[in-house]
Amino acid sequence: MALPRLLRAAAPRLYSTAPAPVPVPVPVPAPAPALAGSRPRADDDKLLTEPLKHPDFFSVKELFTLKDLFDARVHLGHKKGCRHRFMEPYIFGCRLEQDIIDLDQTMQHLQLALNFTAHVAYRGGIILFVSRKRQFCHLVESTARACGEYAHTRFWQGGLFTNAHVQFGPGVRLPDLLIFLSTLNNVFEPHVAIRDAAKMNIPTIGVVDTNCNPCLITYPIPGNDDSPAAVELYCKLFRMTIIRAKDRRRQSEAVEELRSKAEGN
Amino acid sequence: MGGRSAAVMAAAVGRVLRLCRRWGAGPGAQTLRLICTTTAVQRKNAGASGPEKYTEAFIKKQIEEFNLGKRHLANMMGEDPETFTQEDIDRAIAYLFPSGLFDKQARPLMKHPTEVFPEQRKIQWGEDGRPFHFLFYTGKQSYYSLMHETYEKLLNVQKHQDELIAQDLPLQKEKRNLAGSRWLTKIELEEMLVEKMSDDDYSRFIRLLEKLVALPCADLEEKYIQKFSKEVPAQLQKVLIEPLQYDERGVAFSTGEGRRKTASATAVVYDNGTGKITVNGIDILHYFPVLQDREQLLFPFQFLGRIGKHDMVCTVSGGGRSAQAGAIRLASAKALRSFVTEKEVEFMRQAGLLTVDPRVKERKKPGQEGPRRKFTWKKR
Repeated sequence: MALPRLLRAAAPRLYSTAPAPVPVPVPVPAPAPALAGSRPRADDDKLLTEPLKHPDFFSVKELFTLKDLFDARVHLGHKKGCRHRFMEPYIFGCRLEQDIIDLDQTMQHLQLALNFTAHVAYRGGIILFVSRKRQFCHLVESTARACGEYAHTRFWQGGLFTNAHVQFGPGVRLPDLLIFLSTLNNVFEPHVAIRDAAKMNIPTIGVVDTNCNPCLITYPIPGNDDSPAAVELYCKLFRMTIIRAKDRRRQSEAVEELRSKAEGN
Repeated sequence: MGGRSAAVMAAAVGRVLRLCRRWGAGPGAQTLRLICTTTAVQRKNAGASGPEKYTEAFIKKQIEEFNLGKRHLANMMGEDPETFTQEDIDRAIAYLFPSGLFDKQARPLMKHPTEVFPEQRKIQWGEDGRPFHFLFYTGKQSYYSLMHETYEKLLNVQKHQDELIAQDLPLQKEKRNLAGSRWLTKIELEEMLVEKMSDDDYSRFIRLLEKLVALPCADLEEKYIQKFSKEVPAQLQKVLIEPLQYDERGVAFSTGEGRRKTASATAVVYDNGTGKITVNGIDILHYFPVLQDREQLLFPFQFLGRIGKHDMVCTVSGGGRSAQAGAIRLASAKALRSFVTEKEVEFMRQAGLLTVDPRVKERKKPGQEGPRRKFTWKKR
């Protein structure tokens, strides 16, 4: 499953640009146990399997256009000297030694990532926003609070994921999805959370700039992570997706309850 | 029995090694690193998880059980359940369960659950496992949420300032009196947040508060800042100078006390005098034959230029001749404060006339001959 995606990324022009149907997310977050007890099992399964049949159940494509990405300066990368070797497939070209990111690819990746976020939020998964950029720390934390999810924009203590039962206490639930608004930490090295999430089998979404390593990230989004406009756009998109998914879930549950009540009567 | 378990363990280890070899043999096969451990190491370290955490529901249930048990106990003892205090409970338990154990804490105990279960963070997540606080995964949720809030206030103030500048209005510049207040100490902050923090964290927070306070329009968030500042009453060491007293003849006089080493002296300085000084009923020429001591006595008067203007009667005890002279000097300087303006009192203080000399004889230490002198060192 990973191999065709890598091939497509390595030589984008050789493969068709039509986005593939959404693959079923491999590490499926367990449905919240509290919900399972209140309704019959069949309805629960229907609620959870229904969204997976559609390629874009949450109509994530209409949230943004290529022009929005361009206006938010998402295509601007770093200088040629900072370029990471694995980011070369995602770069459209280089103008006056500044790398320009291919926005067509960014569109596809962003759609995949937002779709995945929506599915995770629909199933009641814990989403953790991570960014180590000091200028956007407050913005990211506010976004997370607005969605009802979690954020970590501070110093990453060593064993947060790998030693969670000792640090937080027995029975802690780890996040089901990590969203990186910037994959580098303050010393321009890959954030420790990428490796830790890979160790704990937690899927990650990450905005990768031209100087970042996209290797261990499940859904990379090639794009600018330094401009305020770009980061505000990402925050807005993620916030809208998560809220939309949660509202959809509540609506579906309400509809199911009404239906079961009607059937019972 | 031991031999069988050892053989089983050896077989398990052997199986693991063989698996490694098979997997690594084929071309392009995925190499799986199987870690060979014994069952003893795999057992979870139960003690490392820290103190047990209690849920709020658990504590509530304990409180209900305690109240119910208290009523049962009162009924058992034949007393009124409504007016059954903790002392009655202790007496009842001691009567019903007599214990000869020496350690008081090992004896049967019935106390309110808030005293039994230590005050600590209850479990931070709900039934579905989702944590309550949005910064839970940082590890220090209270501290970082505090930083987040304070930074938000800073941004608010900056936005307000920008609006005022855009409208060309003057920014308020009322100087906040920082002399009478201090920030909360690290321990007080830890108590407030119920969370430990490091010195770096604390200093970072204080720096952020200082930055907020330094802005011109910081009055907008005055209430928030006051939560972290405490009033410090100005402790001006204003020593009261006693007013002049008048004796039967109508002559003004004033008393002062002084100490030096082990000598203590009291001096009464009279106005409209001729410069006569009496110590313990004896004239100073006879009491202090040495010139140096008499100079010490006269120094305060000479400093103020009042040598022939005052009479002095002193009593002194303890110490040696030099110590007594110093004690009387301090006493007379203190007495002279009442005759003199505040500026001259400040001059006297700066000259060192009003300072108690703290030097006393240093004690002898064991292994040494005196306070500093060591025993003679002999090479052999």
